[in-house]
Amino acid sequence: MSQPFPFAAIVGQEAMKQAMVLTAIDPGIGGVLVFGDRGTGKSTAVRALAALLPEIRAVEGCPVNSARPKDVPDWVGAKLTHMITRPTPVIDLPLGATEDRVVGALDIERALTRGEKAFEPGLLARANRGYLYIDEVNLLEDHIVDLLLDVAQSGENVVEREGLSIRHAARFVLVGSGNPEEGELRPQLLDRFGLSVEVVSPRDVETRVEVMRRRDAYENDNADFMKKWRAKDTALRKAILAARAALPGLKTPGAMLHDCASLCIALGSDGLRGELTLLRAARAQAAFEGAATVTRAHLKTVATSALSHRLRRDPLDEAGSGSRVARILAETLP
Amino acid sequence: MTEALTPWQRAVAALAVLAVDPAGVKGLWLRGRASPVRERVAAALPQSRRVHPSIDDTSLFGGVDLAATLAAGHLIRNAGLLATGAPVVLTMAERCPPGLSARLSRWLDDTGPCLIALDEGSEPEETLPSALADRLGLFLDLGDLPWFDTEAVALDPAQVARARELLSAVQLPEGAMNSLTSVAFAMGITSLRAPLLALAVARALAAWRGETTASDSTLRNAAELTLAHRGDLPQSADVAQEPPPPPPSEPREGEDNQPQNGEDLLPDEILLDAIRAALPAGLLEQLTAGRASRSAKGSGSGAVRKGNHRGRPMPSLPGTPGSGKRIDLVATLRAAAPWQLLRQRSDKPRLEIRKSDLRLKRYQESSDRVLIFAVDASGSSAFARLAEAKGAVELLLAQAYARRDHVALIAFRGLSAELILPPTRSLVQTKRRLTSLPGGGGTPLAAGLKMAFDLALQTRSRGMTPTVALLTDGRGNIALDGSANRDTAEVDSLRIARALRGARLPGLVIDTANRPQPALRRLAEILDAPYLPLPRADAQRLTAVLQAAMES
Repeated sequence: MSQPFPFAAIVGQEAMKQAMVLTAIDPGIGGVLVFGDRGTGKSTAVRALAALLPEIRAVEGCPVNSARPKDVPDWVGAKLTHMITRPTPVIDLPLGATEDRVVGALDIERALTRGEKAFEPGLLARANRGYLYIDEVNLLEDHIVDLLLDVAQSGENVVEREGLSIRHAARFVLVGSGNPEEGELRPQLLDRFGLSVEVVSPRDVETRVEVMRRRDAYENDNADFMKKWRAKDTALRKAILAARAALPGLKTPGAMLHDCASLCIALGSDGLRGELTLLRAARAQAAFEGAATVTRAHLKTVATSALSHRLRRDPLDEAGSGSRVARILAETLP
Repeated sequence: MTEALTPWQRAVAALAVLAVDPAGVKGLWLRGRASPVRERVAAALPQSRRVHPSIDDTSLFGGVDLAATLAAGHLIRNAGLLATGAPVVLTMAERCPPGLSARLSRWLDDTGPCLIALDEGSEPEETLPSALADRLGLFLDLGDLPWFDTEAVALDPAQVARARELLSAVQLPEGAMNSLTSVAFAMGITSLRAPLLALAVARALAAWRGETTASDSTLRNAAELTLAHRGDLPQSADVAQEPPPPPPSEPREGEDNQPQNGEDLLPDEILLDAIRAALPAGLLEQLTAGRASRSAKGSGSGAVRKGNHRGRPMPSLPGTPGSGKRIDLVATLRAAAPWQLLRQRSDKPRLEIRKSDLRLKRYQESSDRVLIFAVDASGSSAFARLAEAKGAVELLLAQAYARRDHVALIAFRGLSAELILPPTRSLVQTKRRLTSLPGGGGTPLAAGLKMAFDLALQTRSRGMTPTVALLTDGRGNIALDGSANRDTAEVDSLRIARALRGARLPGLVIDTANRPQPALRRLAEILDAPYLPLPRADAQRLTAVLQAAMES
């Protein structure tokens, strides 16, 4: 497929789309975790997001997509100065990827054939300033998860191996998807995702038929379909850019901080990351809606996705943490 | 209305569809052992490249051809199998690891025309990974297809070419999309890929049959080929007697019916019938069993590890670095060193390394086992046989020590459970704590189970393999909240037992009551754990059973 499915044309799944848009507005929110059944459009949404995101300015040929020539790491060697505009990187981290491929490693070929000690950047380098997408994140091997946790936290990838000592920026938005029936995610990794959404297959036939209709049009009548949706995607992209610009000027009343804190206390979420993410997400939501100040309504909109994965897991709670958040939200912030 | 296809007609139709529109239908899941029948089917498959489950990334996606590079002294790359754009046949698909299945899925989503998975699984749980099963349009089970029902398949190339030309012009009747979607939904197929693939198959099949608008029987056959194996149909026994249950969307179908002449539209029941007819008896149970147990296997951590990433280093071995294998530079240089004088071939001195010199790092890491004892130290138990239970635990401890397993000890009595000893390898400490374990009070069985559950999950997330051994007389009378209510206590402990089973934690229930307790046997059934009434003064037998439970 030359062009991915348009983001705006995805039927339903509003929570997932909203979460992705919020991370596009403020990458500092820290990623999205999408959990749900197969064939609900998880991968489609991520691919669509790649096409939707505004482009970035980067140094041409820089393996870590540096924004300024002076940010290009020393180990690149060549002097790079030419700037280009390129799409926001959305990098796939496949299951079973080796440590070498993820963090980068000694370039064995160059070492053996030319006797040079050179660094071959990995996926984390390529994902800098963009997105790192892990499908079936819950099946990812433990030692790769450990690596990711560290890098996602520090924003820097440090490679100390095989006589190399290299560091480079690795700030990316982590997008994970998976099917919870096939394995659980460690709480430490869960916590690194800013937002989490649960997607379910639509339950009514109308919606399902509409999904089919659009997908069918995309596959068999591509040109017309893309033309029809391009305008909506462009509008959404503009809204994201406008929200990004509005974000620094947005006012956050003290009462909102109070609301965040009391909600997190009531939910008993671990650590302070919950409050911080909740606030960031609420700000992004407010900016997206074009509001001048953050209100309780914004907070409520994002609360479930920002907090549901941070609760202490209760193995006996069959209703799921999403409904717990909703219940306590209604009690704490009427 | 036409008859449903015979299994062999179905196979031929699938092959034709695959030939006409491989990229649309995405592929074929062919289940069945290698047999002359499968050979017949395989002979008609499109030209393709073969992939086996242990293929590495370099062969799949391309990479540096190490042997050629070293010989030439400059980089030589080779293209991967997937880059050729040809269909790919995955042999022994039931053994496909999740990593490979994820890569192939991604390839199918992006560029790949189609994948043919040859699944030779004989047991229900040996099947194609669900990520791939969801993406492949067609399914054939050759399991019980007798040879004399089959004949050589010869797809007429001219007909295939005509069908391909016709393909883009094929129309589907107005209600087809609705029918296929609602039938898939009525069958409990949540994935939306299924009806989409059914549409693609319907188009290709119509083109093959030379129809510009897909006929009813074509739609029906498409549903047979695409949807039958995915859903959970009602029991086939009821089906024979009663008409199939109407799908929930029926009234709406009726509305759609009105604007056009009714016979274009295919009633959902007929589709459902067709699908049902396409199922070999018992297949569905097998497939669902396979699905259930497959999801049971996919626990993210604590599993067996292949040893080339980390762990205790082992001597390096000759080999070629590829996915997951890392080169041992020092060992490689050491292997190359003696040959340098002989190998120098030009005046420009450089290190001459051959493929045969390459050494790979190997590591060994075994997942540690933890034996979590949840011991009932309540009054009822103490008077009866706590001492014997202690003896049994001690015996097991000695064995655990010999195998370097970790041991943890939880005691429950009074109102709550207590972690007497967090996972440790210290035998002395465990014995001391065990001996000083006091008895008395109520039996908070639920609390003890809950603590064992939490501890087991905790140790598993640290990469260990936990086993829970519960020793109790089974008369739980304290609920989780600490109230003395026998009924709530029972409900609580059964709930936790279900959670334990849901987390796939292996366990063992040892009944320490004077007489075997039926309630405890039930608990063991819920836990899916062996149940063992503590034999009188027969610690050896206990040990044997426990050992068997841990080995499995």
